[in-house]
Amino acid sequence: MNLTLKVWRQQDAKAAGKFVSYQVQGVTPDMSFLEMLDLLNEDLQTRGEAPVVFEHDCREGICGSCGFLINGVAHGGHRGTTVCQLSMRFFKDGDSLTLEPWRAKAFPVLRDLAVDRSAFDRIIQAGGFISAPTGGAPDANAILVPKNDAERAFDAAACIGCGACVAACPNAAAMLFTSAKITHLNSLPQGQPQRDQRTLDMVAAMSDEDFGSCTNHGECEAVCPKEIPIEFIGRMNRDLIHATLHRRGD
Amino acid sequence: MTESAVATKAAPNRLLALWSSVIGKKVVMALTGAILVGFVIAHMVGNIKIFNGPVEINAYSRFLREVGYPELGYGQLLWIVRIVLLISVVLHITAATQLTIMNRKARPIGYESKKDVETTWAALTMRWGGVLLAVFIVFHLFHFTAGMVGFQPGQFEHLMVYQNVVAGFQVVPIALFYILAMCALCLHLDHGIWSGLQTLGWVTTDNTKSLRTISRLIAIVIFAGFISVPISVLAGWVR
Repeated sequence: MNLTLKVWRQQDAKAAGKFVSYQVQGVTPDMSFLEMLDLLNEDLQTRGEAPVVFEHDCREGICGSCGFLINGVAHGGHRGTTVCQLSMRFFKDGDSLTLEPWRAKAFPVLRDLAVDRSAFDRIIQAGGFISAPTGGAPDANAILVPKNDAERAFDAAACIGCGACVAACPNAAAMLFTSAKITHLNSLPQGQPQRDQRTLDMVAAMSDEDFGSCTNHGECEAVCPKEIPIEFIGRMNRDLIHATLHRRGD
Repeated sequence: MTESAVATKAAPNRLLALWSSVIGKKVVMALTGAILVGFVIAHMVGNIKIFNGPVEINAYSRFLREVGYPELGYGQLLWIVRIVLLISVVLHITAATQLTIMNRKARPIGYESKKDVETTWAALTMRWGGVLLAVFIVFHLFHFTAGMVGFQPGQFEHLMVYQNVVAGFQVVPIALFYILAMCALCLHLDHGIWSGLQTLGWVTTDNTKSLRTISRLIAIVIFAGFISVPISVLAGWVR
């Protein structure tokens, strides 16, 4: 099949960008969306033009590197699917697709469809960890974890930090991401000693970046490739209220 | 350690620390919103007493001033409620304004192709609907509370609620503006009630559908109760 792509091209973070249209020929239904872009890039390079820059790594939907808007929807609008896992069988010959990078002050465009997501790393650095002494691996059942807590922590840990939640949010808020990371560790017994401090520090780090705040539209949940529920945002809020009002003297 | 994390810890007052955080402002919006929803329900229930005739609703307006006696003097409880409502409205609008300014700054370069997939019209109209409601509330106080606008000289009489409402709503543009404002209120509450519960962390993946439905039902009942009065006056059922 043949497609028309309208792609955001931007030389670097400071340059002004614009949309450029390309024809992609010979796309087959068994290709992934990124393989289709590889095809375009091979063609561009053969013609001596700069390839379209997009981030990717595992191409299995688990690393969180890839992501951009396809026709206005982050990751292309198939629930629970990253662009790398999006199959070309969902498209048909003659389709016209617009590819646009994540737009947020906290995620400046580096080049074409690639944005700088290190703001997420700084939120993680503020408290997305547990401080445990290193040494031999502890016994598997030394710390018992209730089934529901383990399930919730696992659901939250599924967040791959792709940034689609920020991209889809009308306010460019990072609350789904931050709440997933906080819920992951705050649900487990190993995360309890630092629970209040973690919540305060990660929310503060989130506020220090240029993200907006949640107005409960639910756009983030709808495009999240790992289907993280906005319920976690409510949990984060509760944990923050508790940490702010009940922390012991310091 | 980030700068604002230090600031949060240094804040001497814990409530102030909550207010200074993004989530704290949202919590303030949810709690003040809950107070305002409670008031709006009570106001609506009071309004539909008009269908019981002038004696009952005019007696109700005196009751609102006499309730609490002898601990409280005439009209004192009403003023306490008014002060709580004023503080709630000021906090609600202040937090909304601060958060909106922050949210606008978070995406300086907008999308060309972005589509909404999940949000509702009610959610998208929260801000401008809220502005319309604020304008309406100011007008409403000058109109039915003070009788300073919308009446012929000498027509408005304090505590004669029935006669004031009938005369007030017989002015068609004022009745239509009232109904328009109630449409905005209905949309505001449809998203607002559920949204407040979500902000406070009471919404789970299991109860979100039913809480959204309850939120919508409350909004519709409040809407129907309020607009029943101007419609009845315009139709001549209440005169």
